[in-house]
Amino acid sequence: MAFDNAYEALADAHDDARWAFGTGFEDPLSGVDTTVPAGVDGDDLAQYCLMLGDDALVLSHRLQQWCTRAPELEDEVAIANIGLDMLGQARLLLARAGKADGTERGEDHYAYFRGEHEFRNVRLAEREQADFAQLIATVLVLTTWRLAVFQRLRESADPVLAAIAQKGVNELTYHRDYAAQWVVRLGDGTETSHARTVAALDDVWPLVAELFETHDVERRLHGVAVDPAEVRDEFDDVLAQVLSAATLEPPQVRAKAGVAGGKGRDGRHTEAMGYLLAELQSVARAHPEATW
Amino acid sequence: MTGEWPLYEVFVRGKRGLNHVHVGSLRAADDDMALRNARDLYTRRNEGVSIWVVQAADIAASSPDEKDPFFAPSGDKVYRHPTFYDIPENVPHM
Repeated sequence: MAFDNAYEALADAHDDARWAFGTGFEDPLSGVDTTVPAGVDGDDLAQYCLMLGDDALVLSHRLQQWCTRAPELEDEVAIANIGLDMLGQARLLLARAGKADGTERGEDHYAYFRGEHEFRNVRLAEREQADFAQLIATVLVLTTWRLAVFQRLRESADPVLAAIAQKGVNELTYHRDYAAQWVVRLGDGTETSHARTVAALDDVWPLVAELFETHDVERRLHGVAVDPAEVRDEFDDVLAQVLSAATLEPPQVRAKAGVAGGKGRDGRHTEAMGYLLAELQSVARAHPEATW
Repeated sequence: MTGEWPLYEVFVRGKRGLNHVHVGSLRAADDDMALRNARDLYTRRNEGVSIWVVQAADIAASSPDEKDPFFAPSGDKVYRHPTFYDIPENVPHM
């Protein structure tokens, strides 16, 4: 063992095939049996995968926008790590969508070549984060909710979804923990950090109710999908614990209304979404045949 | 904001390693944050099963100025190395 660089020696072999660079790595589900289970509607299953996948993809993009902007180098890496974990979840779920709807379209199709109205993410994921407190509040809310959903999704009748959830639970547990400790630090910190965290929660909260609204697709996929309404109590318990340690209280604000009765899950998004997608998709659309 | 967060030194034990190895340093407001930051900075590629962090200020270290009095005297004392023994052929790992 070369001891010149002890750190290198610690790292597991660098032949890890999960390290993907470039476009030569098309199918994250390769080798997995992607048959849709009997009695499950493929289109519904694909829609559900897009819901969960788009949440992760869009939040990942928002987290990536913090690169070079985080308050400390250490937190910049932490935020980028969370973004990468989310991107990994998105890849699996978008790839699953392409198998479930029978079109065999790859993850890139869903990420880069869908229009805004075809994205199924909740609107909180696309929200712009004006400061670190808003970032942390968003991550706490979204990961607490997603962890509770994924814990139940491990029992899904679709074995691929169950496996994706199993992998995601460890990741999300850490994301939630990271965000929670920052909320406590900021809330129970200085006068300024407390005030800005209160403002951030007020800003985020109108989009929280949407997370727990059961969509028709979720209703039809009973046993495959998780009904988000079921996780509301758990979410409230976790948030109450974190906020009380942070000397904060859940905001009393009204939920943000949908547009013509539709919300993120119906493909109706806030103004921020168009700008986000323009940034996310412009290179792939300008050079659709590009490889690197 | 005044000043920087204190400097921490990070030690990671790999899956195959028995001892913790110094891998680098980072800044954190307290021990708890230092552990999380170490996890995010130094175990991204599946390196570790255990992390130690310690404030750099708490490490008692030999001074570079005293390098000669500390270490030079052992340089010419070959009799401290067990090199004057004949090792039998059938003794492995020597």
